[in-house]
Amino acid sequence: MPIPIPMPMPQNRSNPFEPFRDPAAAAALIAKIRGSWDGPPVRIMEVCGTHTMAIARHGLREPLQGVAKLISGPGCPVCVTPDGYIDAAIALAEAPGVTIATFGDMVRVPGTRASLERARAGGADVRIVYSPLDAVTLASADPAREVVFLGVGFETTAPTVAGSIITAQARGIANYSVLPSLRTIPGAMALLAADPDVKIDAFLCPANVSAIIGTDAYRPLVEVCGLPCVVAGFEPLDILSSVLMILRQISARTARVENEYSRVATPAGNRKAQALMADVFEPCDADWRGLGVLPGSGLGIASKYASFDAGRKFGVAVLSTPERPGCRCGEVLKGMIDPPECPLFGNACTPESPVGACMVSTEGACAAARRFGIGA
Amino acid sequence: MSLYAMCLAIPARIIELSDQSAVVEIGGVTREASVMLLEDAAVGDWVLLHAGFAIERLDPEEAEKTLALFREMAAAGPDADPDPDADAAEPQ
Ligand code: SF4
Repeated sequence: MPIPIPMPMPQNRSNPFEPFRDPAAAAALIAKIRGSWDGPPVRIMEVCGTHTMAIARHGLREPLQGVAKLISGPGCPVCVTPDGYIDAAIALAEAPGVTIATFGDMVRVPGTRASLERARAGGADVRIVYSPLDAVTLASADPAREVVFLGVGFETTAPTVAGSIITAQARGIANYSVLPSLRTIPGAMALLAADPDVKIDAFLCPANVSAIIGTDAYRPLVEVCGLPCVVAGFEPLDILSSVLMILRQISARTARVENEYSRVATPAGNRKAQALMADVFEPCDADWRGLGVLPGSGLGIASKYASFDAGRKFGVAVLSTPERPGCRCGEVLKGMIDPPECPLFGNACTPESPVGACMVSTEGACAAARRFGIGA
Repeated sequence: MSLYAMCLAIPARIIELSDQSAVVEIGGVTREASVMLLEDAAVGDWVLLHAGFAIERLDPEEAEKTLALFREMAAAGPDADPDPDADAAEPQ
């Protein structure tokens, strides 16, 4: 039965991307999803923290109950950054003459002994910046200090970090460096797909990571793991229609890469950003909180840019640290438990006083569950 | 929503351009952004802004095609053809 859906047209609007939020169209898509599936609930992992946040904010989990279970994955860069990195950042922050520049999400993440916020209260110079370029500007404004940018993120952020290093080099700014904690997404997805503890039927692939790496990047993953992969935008209609695309693939017993986010992501991705990343970084092994060390899943600074690598410049190493007792972030990040199943959730661990990183970052599964009052 | 959320990217429009740097407009507010990650950026382009960089272009025509696909998806009968290219829409 056709469902009438009032869908505002993008013409003559100040922002042609606004209709992707239309609530009436969302309700129609939900009805459509519910009417088109009568099998057991399909377990869909949203790999990206921005999806987690959007799903919680727009309350998309509940109306799909019984049809699709949306499971948060390891796609919040703050959440998968291990304690050892925070410890290294704090050691740098406490060194004389060093200014730490970081995205705001990082300052409250607890390391093994403290957070950057605590270090700042103790006198360390920790600045929150919006862009790595702001950190380059800080360095050029005060050549007597060393400015270290905390380069934490996935493929969305990595090209901006590469861009800051290229900019600093071009402008001869020698007192700028980066402590990298950059990770690549498809490798982690392959690991999760192969993990017998993680039971998922399909992936909702990240929007902006895919804009950089291109939707073809998921092809090997589909071939190896046989799970449908749909690249989805961040608006409610994007997420809902992607769920419908996944259900249709499963009904048809196919598994392929589909691109719902074609207004930004292309099969090849942003080649200029890719070239810049290939120049500035080289693949390295990366330690993911909850997942362990995944070979080749990180981006380190290439030797020719060694002078911009804070690790080499200051002889600071990021050490492996054991997971905190009682904290079940690892299982949350793998989608094995929902946040409220962690005994610390809402008790010892709250956004005001977080124990685990999933509660600190606005994109973390526990913070989203807590903030929007949703079970999972 | 915090401007600092690590992976957040927002649509913005280029209103001025000089070399690698642009002035972009986001809902009436202007801000500076680097376009060094884009090939041939132009004034009037919609871009996705992340951490001070335009990381990719947004394509309004593709956006319209996707919205048309949504309409088709929501309007089709319950046993819709899984092939999005097939004519799945029922007459209204
Ligand atoms: S409630 Fe806190 S400790 Fe438990 S999984 Fe979430 S962030 Fe980790």
